[in-house]
Amino acid sequence: MRQTFLTFLRGGDSALPGYRLSLAATLLWTGFFIVLPLCALAIRPWQDGMGAVVGALHDTRMFAALWTSFSSAALAALFNLPIGLLLAWALVRGDLPGRRVADALVDLPLALPTAVSGITLATLYGPQGWLGAPLAKLGIVVAYSRPGIVLALMFVGLPFVVRTVEPVLKNLPRDLEEAAVLLGARPWQIVLRVILAPLLPALITGFGLAFARGVGEYGSVIFIAGNQPFRSEIAPLLVVVRLQEFDYPGATAIALVLLLTSLAALALVGVVRRKFSAWGDAA
Amino acid sequence: MSVLIQNLVRCAPGTRKRLLNDVSLDVPTGAFVALVGPSGAGKTTLLRAIAGLDTCESGSLLLDGQKVENMQDRARKIGFVFQNYALFPHMTVARNISFGLDVQPRAMRPSQGEIAARVQELLDLMQLPDMGKAYPARLSGGQRQRVALARALATGPGLLLLDEPFGALDPIVRRTIRSWLRSLHDRLGLTTILVTHDQEEALEVADRIVVMQQGSIMQDASPEELDKEPATAFVMEFLGESATFRGVVQDGWFTPEEDGVLPFAVAAEIAPGPADAMIRPFEITIASADLVQGQTVPISSQGVRNGYRHYLARLKDRTIAVHIPDYTGENVLSESYGVLDISRARLFRDGKRYS
Amino acid sequence: MGRCRVKTYILWVVSWAVIAIVLLMPPAVVVSEALKNGIGPALETLKDPDGIAAIWLTLEVSVVSVAVNTLFGVLAAWLLTKYLFPGRSALLVLVELPLSISPVVSGLVWLLLFGAQGWWGQALEQAGIHVAFAVPGIMLATLFVTLPYVVRTLVPLMEQQGRDAEEAAMLAGAGFWQILWRVTLPGARVALFSGILLTTARAMGEFGAVSVVSGHIPGLTETMPLHIESLYNGYQTVAAFTMATLLAAMAMSAVLLRSVPEWITRWREKQA
Repeated sequence: MRQTFLTFLRGGDSALPGYRLSLAATLLWTGFFIVLPLCALAIRPWQDGMGAVVGALHDTRMFAALWTSFSSAALAALFNLPIGLLLAWALVRGDLPGRRVADALVDLPLALPTAVSGITLATLYGPQGWLGAPLAKLGIVVAYSRPGIVLALMFVGLPFVVRTVEPVLKNLPRDLEEAAVLLGARPWQIVLRVILAPLLPALITGFGLAFARGVGEYGSVIFIAGNQPFRSEIAPLLVVVRLQEFDYPGATAIALVLLLTSLAALALVGVVRRKFSAWGDAA
Repeated sequence: MSVLIQNLVRCAPGTRKRLLNDVSLDVPTGAFVALVGPSGAGKTTLLRAIAGLDTCESGSLLLDGQKVENMQDRARKIGFVFQNYALFPHMTVARNISFGLDVQPRAMRPSQGEIAARVQELLDLMQLPDMGKAYPARLSGGQRQRVALARALATGPGLLLLDEPFGALDPIVRRTIRSWLRSLHDRLGLTTILVTHDQEEALEVADRIVVMQQGSIMQDASPEELDKEPATAFVMEFLGESATFRGVVQDGWFTPEEDGVLPFAVAAEIAPGPADAMIRPFEITIASADLVQGQTVPISSQGVRNGYRHYLARLKDRTIAVHIPDYTGENVLSESYGVLDISRARLFRDGKRYS
Repeated sequence: MGRCRVKTYILWVVSWAVIAIVLLMPPAVVVSEALKNGIGPALETLKDPDGIAAIWLTLEVSVVSVAVNTLFGVLAAWLLTKYLFPGRSALLVLVELPLSISPVVSGLVWLLLFGAQGWWGQALEQAGIHVAFAVPGIMLATLFVTLPYVVRTLVPLMEQQGRDAEEAAMLAGAGFWQILWRVTLPGARVALFSGILLTTARAMGEFGAVSVVSGHIPGLTETMPLHIESLYNGYQTVAAFTMATLLAAMAMSAVLLRSVPEWITRWREKQA
């Protein structure tokens, strides 16, 4: 214990200068900007007594909102898997014409400010929108309902799936398929066993990252979501609503659940990565 | 510049495993010392400790009889060449070399003109007169090596530390740089300590060899002494190919266990008991089966290399390499059977030299 | 062979269809909505003083975020890559944490500290310092959200570079700031540049976190994304999308600028 503390004070074994300065700066920075706020988040709900916590947990609107967020994020991440796989395949293996432009476009949802994505998707899929109008004629309503939420989350989450699958696909030897053919595998067996199986960890990782992002997403969703309590209200929006009602315990309770969910999703990603690390940099 | 190390101990970070186990070493001014040993022996650790790159648990280090406290002071006294040179890729060769002068406090720093002159002087010394404006990425391995050396020498240190300086060079460049380094050492009156895992290189370039194993110094001696009187079986083995014969000392004679090897007389004061006789292939001779009593073994010729005839003697469970100088002209082995004479072997007991 | 060709074409067509619908249409909508009534009315909307105030506030917030998070990010990257000390991996996780926190939560935590019902809100309020629903709150929220970018772009590169160059510099007599400024940062300048640009893009575009702490006072505490929201909800579509075009252009050019060093190297290689 004492030994560990001494190593901590000395900076391990390196004699490079600046250890204490950079340590102090980093602790100050992360302490004020990360540890302190998260402590507030963890402690604040209990300060008004157990009653407030129990009260917050009895809130059915909260559960509805959490369910909307979780299910939409999971659905969006799930739908993104085939689309992301297709794009990654086209970018890596398909010799896609205009590959470099397509490659840059994949990152667009990350670069576009969320408020811009929000109003844009709402307009695009709105009743008069380029895609909303034709869909409305077919009787499909997207905007201001649950499908709209899923759609917005798909837009935001797509880069995560493509970017995790892409490097694995790149490292997958091309002759794997040929080897499988020579060993007598049929086409569907090749797809399932030789291509999808090695991509599985990457797909799970991509799903986890997209899900974690989707659960907390706010800006790109609220404009298209409709925001009707119990039906199309996402959890982050309910946090904002509770804050406007000055219901801090209620807002904090939802915030805690959101935080823990995304951390759990990312921890799962970490476990998957470690589990499959024997496959090289599979995930 | 003299270096005095006393009872240096360094543990692996966060553990109690000793990387340096109570190391003491005294290097006088002007010496050329090679630290040798297998990988993990602690030679680089010792070199880094001398440079002050790593902190030690206990022990002391004196340069010219004085403790060095701050790094600026150390920088003026020590030049260090890294194994992979650690040249700054974003600086020209000239800027790399002048770095140690550029970072000096304004009051001590030479003028721009003086720095430029010093850089050119070093470039000339390194036989790279026109390379000042090039970037390190453009240089060959040998050139990078010399730039790293110039950078280390820029502040005019008295002590030069080199970590595996020839490791990344091809064999021919290695040989030229080696003798050039030796002449540089003599010309500049440096004290040099170098780390290498190649014992031949060490024997050739250094006038003192420090053999290390598992964090401790096994032997510290001149190349000749080391060759003649290795202190332990490990040193004997590390310095070159050797063969070990197990046997027993009794009544002033060493008798090998195996057939086909002749017993030989040893000093009378050697206590009786089991011992190992170790010998180099070129110290073994082959006695013709006609002249001696005893069990002969088959011997096959392996051709001639470097002025030696190479033979393989097939004992019961293993083969022993025997190298015989080729100048004799005699046809030593007309027959393919013989007996090994190992009377020039050194005796070891429990890994320690027995005398 | 023929079947193979057809399959490839199908792959191309489907891929580009997906890219067009999912990725290409949204930016097209932004511009087309902004220019719905022609370029004149669009430019006219930019003269709105509240809009100009929002642009300025966004730039201020970005500059502060970049300055603070670059300074501390560089020091943290130095700490995390040049020393092995107990707690290092925990710190690595800690600095990446804001990436996985919902933007709304990133704003909320500051209200818990500095809001009217927060731990220190009232005390500061009495001292005349307004944090929540004021510019300092917006700064804090943005600083929190953009905290990881500089560190996380620097750490992998600096880790891979090891500490040989730094040790060589130290043995040449350089002090901490000299090593950092002359050896480490020039060696990592591309990553640093990229981290700063990502910080900038993220700081300009942050919506959720800022929305929670801002109070939405037009002309005072509205950044560009918040102003876009107000305009959109007030049915000022052209103004909203013009501002959105401007913001998207700013954020995306920051992201695109990251490739400039790569282009320069490629161009130089072609020359040589």
